[in-house]
Amino acid sequence: MALTNQYIQEKLTEKFGETVSNFQEIYGMLTFEAPKEANLKVLQYLYDEETLQFQFMTDLCAVHYPEKVGAELAVVYHLHNLVENVRIRFKVFTSVATPDVFTASQLFSAANWMERETYDFYGVNFVGHPNLKRILNVDEMDYFPLRKEFPLEDQTRIDKDDEMFGRG
Amino acid sequence: MRPVRFNIHPKEAKVEDAVAAPPPGFAGEGFFTTTMSDVVGLARKNSLWPLPFATSCCGIEFMATMGSHYDLSRFGSERVGFSPRQCDLLMVMGTISKKMGPVLRQVYLQMAEPRWVIAVGACASSGGIFDTYSVLQGIDQVIPVDVYVPGCPPRPEAIIDGFLRIQDLVGQESVRRRNGEQYKALLNSYGIE
Repeated sequence: MALTNQYIQEKLTEKFGETVSNFQEIYGMLTFEAPKEANLKVLQYLYDEETLQFQFMTDLCAVHYPEKVGAELAVVYHLHNLVENVRIRFKVFTSVATPDVFTASQLFSAANWMERETYDFYGVNFVGHPNLKRILNVDEMDYFPLRKEFPLEDQTRIDKDDEMFGRG
Repeated sequence: MRPVRFNIHPKEAKVEDAVAAPPPGFAGEGFFTTTMSDVVGLARKNSLWPLPFATSCCGIEFMATMGSHYDLSRFGSERVGFSPRQCDLLMVMGTISKKMGPVLRQVYLQMAEPRWVIAVGACASSGGIFDTYSVLQGIDQVIPVDVYVPGCPPRPEAIIDGFLRIQDLVGQESVRRRNGEQYKALLNSYGIE
Protein backbone atom coordinates (compact mmCIF):
# COMPACT_ATOMS: atom_id res chain seq x y z
CA MET A 1 0.00 0.00 0.00
CA ALA A 2 1.38 3.33 -0.98
CA LEU A 3 1.84 5.94 1.70
CA THR A 4 -0.86 8.56 1.18
CA ASN A 5 -1.12 12.05 2.59
CA GLN A 6 -4.44 11.11 4.16
CA TYR A 7 -2.83 8.22 6.02
CA ILE A 8 -0.01 10.44 7.31
CA GLN A 9 -2.56 12.97 8.52
CA GLU A 10 -4.59 10.27 10.27
CA LYS A 11 -1.53 8.84 11.99
CA LEU A 12 -0.43 12.29 13.18
CA THR A 13 -3.89 13.28 14.42
CA GLU A 14 -4.22 9.93 16.17
CA LYS A 15 -0.91 10.45 17.99
CA PHE A 16 -0.95 14.20 18.65
CA GLY A 17 -4.62 15.16 18.45
CA GLU A 18 -5.19 18.90 18.31
CA THR A 19 -1.49 19.66 18.65
CA VAL A 20 -0.88 19.24 14.93
CA SER A 21 -3.02 21.53 12.86
CA ASN A 22 -3.58 23.37 9.62
CA PHE A 23 -3.16 20.40 7.30
CA GLN A 24 -2.89 21.47 3.66
CA GLU A 25 -1.90 19.86 0.42
CA ILE A 26 0.15 22.42 -1.48
CA TYR A 27 0.82 21.07 -4.98
CA GLY A 28 0.23 17.59 -3.59
CA MET A 29 2.70 17.98 -0.74
CA LEU A 30 1.31 17.56 2.77
CA THR A 31 2.00 20.61 4.92
CA PHE A 32 1.11 21.01 8.57
CA GLU A 33 1.99 22.98 11.70
CA ALA A 34 2.70 22.28 15.34
CA PRO A 35 3.61 24.41 18.35
CA LYS A 36 7.34 24.96 18.57
CA GLU A 37 7.60 23.07 21.88
CA ALA A 38 6.38 19.92 20.11
CA ASN A 39 8.71 20.04 17.13
CA LEU A 40 11.09 17.32 18.34
CA LYS A 41 8.27 15.02 19.42
CA VAL A 42 6.65 15.25 16.00
CA LEU A 43 9.94 14.79 14.16
CA GLN A 44 10.88 11.83 16.34
CA TYR A 45 7.48 10.20 15.79
CA LEU A 46 7.72 10.70 12.02
CA TYR A 47 11.20 9.17 12.17
CA ASP A 48 10.41 6.15 14.37
CA GLU A 49 6.91 5.14 13.30
CA GLU A 50 7.31 2.07 11.11
CA THR A 51 4.69 3.01 8.55
CA LEU A 52 5.91 6.60 8.18
CA GLN A 53 9.73 6.46 8.27
CA PHE A 54 10.51 10.07 7.45
CA GLN A 55 14.20 9.52 8.10
CA PHE A 56 15.76 12.01 5.70
CA MET A 57 15.76 15.78 6.14
CA THR A 58 16.08 17.46 2.75
CA ASP A 59 15.83 21.03 3.96
CA LEU A 60 15.50 23.23 7.00
CA CYS A 61 14.91 26.93 6.64
CA ALA A 62 13.05 29.87 8.07
CA VAL A 63 10.57 32.42 6.77
CA HIS A 64 9.91 35.85 8.22
CA TYR A 65 6.28 37.03 8.29
CA PRO A 66 6.39 40.49 9.91
CA GLU A 67 2.57 40.80 9.78
CA LYS A 68 1.98 37.71 11.99
CA VAL A 69 2.49 39.34 15.36
CA GLY A 70 3.73 36.84 17.94
CA ALA A 71 4.56 34.21 15.31
CA GLU A 72 6.81 36.14 12.98
CA LEU A 73 9.37 33.43 12.28
CA ALA A 74 8.45 30.10 10.75
CA VAL A 75 10.95 27.26 10.87
CA VAL A 76 10.23 24.87 8.04
CA TYR A 77 11.34 21.23 7.95
CA HIS A 78 11.24 19.29 4.70
CA LEU A 79 11.21 15.55 5.29
CA HIS A 80 11.51 12.69 2.86
CA ASN A 81 10.54 9.05 3.15
CA LEU A 82 13.14 7.45 0.93
CA VAL A 83 11.41 4.05 0.84
CA GLU A 84 8.03 5.29 -0.35
CA ASN A 85 9.43 8.43 -2.00
CA VAL A 86 7.01 10.73 -0.18
CA ARG A 87 7.82 14.25 0.96
CA ILE A 88 6.16 16.36 3.65
CA ARG A 89 6.60 19.86 4.97
CA PHE A 90 6.36 20.66 8.68
CA LYS A 91 6.29 24.18 10.14
CA VAL A 92 6.68 25.60 13.59
CA PHE A 93 6.19 29.28 14.38
CA THR A 94 8.00 31.39 16.92
CA SER A 95 7.93 35.03 17.88
CA VAL A 96 10.80 37.19 16.76
CA ALA A 97 11.26 38.47 20.33
CA THR A 98 12.13 35.01 21.71
CA PRO A 99 13.19 32.97 18.70
CA ASP A 100 14.04 29.82 20.64
CA VAL A 101 13.40 26.50 18.92
CA PHE A 102 14.73 23.11 19.96
CA THR A 103 17.48 21.84 17.71
CA ALA A 104 16.88 18.87 15.43
CA SER A 105 20.59 18.22 15.08
CA GLN A 106 20.52 15.26 17.49
CA LEU A 107 17.96 13.56 15.27
CA PHE A 108 19.28 14.58 11.83
CA SER A 109 22.98 15.32 11.42
CA ALA A 110 22.06 17.27 8.29
CA ALA A 111 20.26 19.78 10.50
CA ASN A 112 23.53 20.94 12.05
CA TRP A 113 24.73 23.20 9.25
CA MET A 114 21.23 24.07 8.07
CA GLU A 115 20.35 25.35 11.54
CA ARG A 116 23.55 27.38 11.56
CA GLU A 117 22.52 28.89 8.23
CA THR A 118 19.03 29.60 9.55
CA TYR A 119 20.54 31.25 12.60
CA ASP A 120 22.90 33.21 10.38
CA PHE A 121 20.16 34.73 8.24
CA TYR A 122 17.11 34.85 10.56
CA GLY A 123 18.53 34.71 14.08
CA VAL A 124 16.58 31.65 15.14
CA ASN A 125 18.16 30.44 18.37
CA PHE A 126 18.30 26.65 18.17
CA VAL A 127 18.37 25.51 21.79
CA GLY A 128 20.84 22.66 22.30
CA HIS A 129 22.71 23.13 19.03
CA PRO A 130 26.37 22.06 19.49
CA ASN A 131 27.94 24.94 17.56
CA LEU A 132 25.48 27.73 16.83
CA LYS A 133 27.51 30.42 15.08
CA ARG A 134 27.48 32.13 11.70
CA ILE A 135 28.29 29.90 8.77
CA LEU A 136 28.03 31.97 5.57
CA ASN A 137 28.24 35.62 6.56
CA VAL A 138 31.16 37.42 8.13
CA ASP A 139 31.46 36.83 11.87
CA GLU A 140 31.41 40.58 12.57
CA MET A 141 27.91 40.99 11.14
CA ASP A 142 25.63 42.31 13.89
CA TYR A 143 22.26 41.76 12.24
CA PHE A 144 20.30 38.98 10.56
CA PRO A 145 20.14 40.05 6.92
CA LEU A 146 17.10 38.11 5.66
CA ARG A 147 14.72 39.49 8.25
CA LYS A 148 12.35 41.85 6.52
CA GLU A 149 13.21 44.91 8.59
CA PHE A 150 16.62 45.02 6.90
CA PRO A 151 16.41 46.83 3.58
CA LEU A 152 17.68 45.04 0.52
CA GLU A 153 20.33 47.59 -0.32
CA ASP A 154 23.25 48.63 1.82
CA GLN A 155 22.05 51.81 3.55
CA THR A 156 25.58 52.90 4.41
CA ARG A 157 26.24 53.82 0.79
CA ILE A 158 26.65 57.53 0.22
CA ASP A 159 27.66 57.53 -3.43
CA LYS A 160 24.58 55.95 -4.97
CA ASP A 161 22.45 58.98 -5.68
CA ASP A 162 18.76 58.08 -5.96
CA GLU A 163 18.36 60.64 -8.74
CA MET A 164 20.68 58.62 -10.95
CA PHE A 165 18.61 55.48 -10.47
CA GLY A 166 15.24 57.01 -11.32
CA ARG A 167 13.83 56.81 -7.81
CA GLY A 168 14.58 60.30 -6.50
CA MET B 1 33.75 52.40 6.07
CA ARG B 2 35.96 54.34 3.69
CA PRO B 3 34.38 57.32 1.94
CA VAL B 4 33.83 56.88 -1.76
CA ARG B 5 35.78 59.41 -3.77
CA PHE B 6 35.48 60.57 -7.32
CA ASN B 7 38.30 61.74 -9.53
CA ILE B 8 37.09 65.19 -10.45
CA HIS B 9 40.31 66.09 -12.26
CA PRO B 10 40.76 63.26 -14.73
CA LYS B 11 44.02 63.19 -16.61
CA GLU B 12 44.34 62.06 -20.19
CA ALA B 13 46.40 58.90 -20.11
CA LYS B 14 49.63 58.95 -22.04
CA VAL B 15 49.46 55.43 -23.34
CA GLU B 16 52.55 55.09 -25.45
CA ASP B 17 53.10 52.50 -28.11
CA ALA B 18 53.09 49.00 -26.76
CA VAL B 19 56.60 48.66 -28.17
CA ALA B 20 58.80 50.41 -25.64
CA ALA B 21 59.67 53.90 -26.77
CA PRO B 22 63.17 54.95 -25.77
CA PRO B 23 63.23 57.37 -22.84
CA PRO B 24 64.82 60.78 -23.29
CA GLY B 25 68.59 60.54 -23.03
CA PHE B 26 71.92 61.08 -24.73
CA ALA B 27 72.84 58.65 -27.49
CA GLY B 28 76.19 58.24 -29.15
CA GLU B 29 78.26 55.66 -31.01
CA GLY B 30 77.53 52.41 -29.19
CA PHE B 31 76.20 53.90 -25.96
CA PHE B 32 73.08 55.51 -24.52
CA THR B 33 72.75 57.38 -21.27
CA THR B 34 69.53 58.11 -19.45
CA THR B 35 68.21 58.28 -15.90
CA MET B 36 68.06 55.25 -13.62
CA SER B 37 64.34 55.83 -13.05
CA ASP B 38 63.64 55.56 -16.76
CA VAL B 39 65.60 52.36 -17.17
CA VAL B 40 63.95 50.75 -14.18
CA GLY B 41 60.54 51.91 -15.34
CA LEU B 42 61.16 50.54 -18.81
CA ALA B 43 62.23 47.19 -17.43
CA ARG B 44 59.36 46.95 -14.97
CA LYS B 45 56.57 47.94 -17.28
CA ASN B 46 57.51 45.43 -19.95
CA SER B 47 57.84 42.48 -17.63
CA LEU B 48 54.83 42.72 -15.34
CA TRP B 49 53.83 39.45 -13.73
CA PRO B 50 50.07 39.48 -13.25
CA LEU B 51 48.37 37.60 -10.44
CA PRO B 52 44.81 36.86 -11.53
CA PHE B 53 42.31 36.97 -8.67
CA ALA B 54 39.31 35.86 -10.68
CA THR B 55 36.04 35.14 -8.90
CA SER B 56 33.39 35.40 -11.61
CA CYS B 57 32.54 36.34 -15.19
CA CYS B 58 35.26 39.01 -15.52
CA GLY B 59 37.69 36.15 -14.95
CA ILE B 60 36.32 34.46 -18.07
CA GLU B 61 37.02 37.64 -20.03
CA PHE B 62 40.51 37.64 -18.62
CA MET B 63 40.99 34.06 -19.82
CA ALA B 64 40.09 35.29 -23.31
CA THR B 65 42.56 38.15 -22.83
CA MET B 66 45.28 35.69 -21.96
CA GLY B 67 44.39 33.44 -24.91
CA SER B 68 46.00 33.51 -28.31
CA HIS B 69 43.48 35.87 -29.91
CA TYR B 70 43.95 38.88 -27.62
CA ASP B 71 47.24 37.64 -26.20
CA LEU B 72 48.22 39.70 -23.18
CA SER B 73 51.72 38.21 -23.55
CA ARG B 74 52.40 40.74 -26.30
CA PHE B 75 52.74 43.37 -23.57
CA GLY B 76 55.42 41.56 -21.66
CA SER B 77 53.30 39.59 -19.24
CA GLU B 78 53.79 36.15 -20.64
CA ARG B 79 54.25 34.79 -17.16
CA VAL B 80 51.02 34.74 -15.17
CA GLY B 81 51.98 33.85 -11.64
CA PHE B 82 49.83 32.14 -9.07
CA SER B 83 51.93 32.98 -6.06
CA PRO B 84 51.45 36.50 -4.72
CA ARG B 85 55.06 36.56 -3.56
CA GLN B 86 56.32 36.49 -7.14
CA CYS B 87 53.89 38.88 -8.78
CA ASP B 88 53.79 42.63 -9.39
CA LEU B 89 50.24 43.19 -10.56
CA LEU B 90 47.14 42.02 -8.70
CA MET B 91 44.28 41.76 -11.16
CA VAL B 92 41.00 41.53 -9.23
CA MET B 93 38.25 40.32 -11.51
CA GLY B 94 34.80 39.64 -10.16
CA THR B 95 32.53 40.08 -7.18
CA ILE B 96 34.35 40.19 -3.87
CA SER B 97 32.08 39.27 -0.99
CA LYS B 98 32.66 40.74 2.45
CA LYS B 99 33.89 37.37 3.60
CA MET B 100 36.42 37.33 0.75
CA GLY B 101 37.67 40.83 1.67
CA PRO B 102 40.22 39.72 4.30
CA VAL B 103 41.49 37.02 1.92
CA LEU B 104 42.04 39.60 -0.82
CA ARG B 105 43.81 41.86 1.64
CA GLN B 106 46.01 38.97 2.75
CA VAL B 107 46.96 38.25 -0.86
CA TYR B 108 47.81 41.93 -1.35
CA LEU B 109 49.95 41.96 1.80
CA GLN B 110 51.85 38.89 0.60
CA MET B 111 52.94 40.68 -2.57
CA ALA B 112 56.34 42.35 -2.48
CA GLU B 113 56.80 46.03 -3.32
CA PRO B 114 56.49 47.44 -5.89
CA ARG B 115 52.97 46.19 -6.43
CA TRP B 116 50.06 47.44 -8.47
CA VAL B 117 46.37 46.64 -8.39
CA ILE B 118 43.84 46.73 -11.19
CA ALA B 119 40.12 46.35 -10.48
CA VAL B 120 38.47 44.76 -13.51
CA GLY B 121 34.74 45.14 -13.91
CA ALA B 122 31.90 46.85 -12.10
CA CYS B 123 31.83 44.46 -9.13
CA ALA B 124 35.49 44.77 -8.23
CA SER B 125 35.34 48.55 -8.75
CA SER B 126 32.12 49.38 -6.92
CA GLY B 127 30.16 46.26 -6.01
CA GLY B 128 28.27 46.59 -9.29
CA ILE B 129 24.69 45.42 -9.22
CA PHE B 130 25.28 43.61 -5.93
CA ASP B 131 24.29 46.42 -3.60
CA THR B 132 23.60 44.00 -0.77
CA TYR B 133 24.59 42.87 2.69
CA SER B 134 27.11 40.28 1.59
CA VAL B 135 29.15 42.06 -1.10
CA LEU B 136 32.09 44.39 -0.64
CA GLN B 137 31.22 47.69 -2.31
CA GLY B 138 34.44 47.96 -4.30
CA ILE B 139 37.82 46.49 -3.46
CA ASP B 140 39.17 49.97 -2.70
CA GLN B 141 37.41 49.53 0.63
CA VAL B 142 40.22 47.17 1.66
CA ILE B 143 43.23 47.75 -0.64
CA PRO B 144 44.48 50.66 -2.74
CA VAL B 145 43.68 50.40 -6.45
CA ASP B 146 45.67 51.91 -9.33
CA VAL B 147 43.40 51.38 -12.32
CA TYR B 148 39.67 50.66 -12.60
CA VAL B 149 38.30 48.99 -15.72
CA PRO B 150 34.57 49.61 -16.23
CA GLY B 151 32.24 47.07 -17.78
CA CYS B 152 30.00 44.22 -16.78
CA PRO B 153 32.04 42.35 -17.77
CA PRO B 154 34.57 44.43 -19.73
CA ARG B 155 35.62 43.13 -23.11
CA PRO B 156 39.20 41.88 -23.49
CA GLU B 157 40.06 45.12 -25.30
CA ALA B 158 39.01 47.05 -22.17
CA ILE B 159 41.16 44.81 -19.97
CA ILE B 160 44.10 45.36 -22.32
CA ASP B 161 43.44 49.11 -22.18
CA GLY B 162 43.48 48.96 -18.39
CA PHE B 163 46.69 46.97 -18.55
CA LEU B 164 48.27 49.62 -20.79
CA ARG B 165 47.27 52.30 -18.28
CA ILE B 166 49.02 50.24 -15.60
CA GLN B 167 52.10 50.00 -17.83
CA ASP B 168 51.95 53.74 -18.27
CA LEU B 169 51.86 54.23 -14.48
CA VAL B 170 54.66 51.73 -13.94
CA GLY B 171 56.89 53.25 -16.62
CA GLN B 172 56.57 56.76 -15.21
CA GLU B 173 56.83 55.88 -11.56
CA SER B 174 59.79 57.29 -9.69
CA VAL B 175 62.00 54.64 -8.08
CA ARG B 176 61.68 56.62 -4.84
CA ARG B 177 57.87 56.70 -4.78
CA ARG B 178 57.45 53.60 -2.59
CA ASN B 179 59.60 55.16 0.13
CA GLY B 180 57.75 58.45 0.03
CA GLU B 181 55.63 59.93 2.80
CA GLN B 182 52.60 60.18 0.53
CA TYR B 183 52.74 56.50 -0.29
CA LYS B 184 53.14 55.56 3.35
CA ALA B 185 50.18 57.74 4.24
CA LEU B 186 48.12 56.00 1.55
CA LEU B 187 48.94 52.56 2.94
CA ASN B 188 48.36 53.75 6.49
CA SER B 189 44.90 54.91 5.49
CA TYR B 190 44.21 51.24 4.73
CA GLY B 191 45.76 50.16 8.01
CA ILE B 192 48.83 48.72 6.29
CA GLU B 193 52.18 49.49 7.90
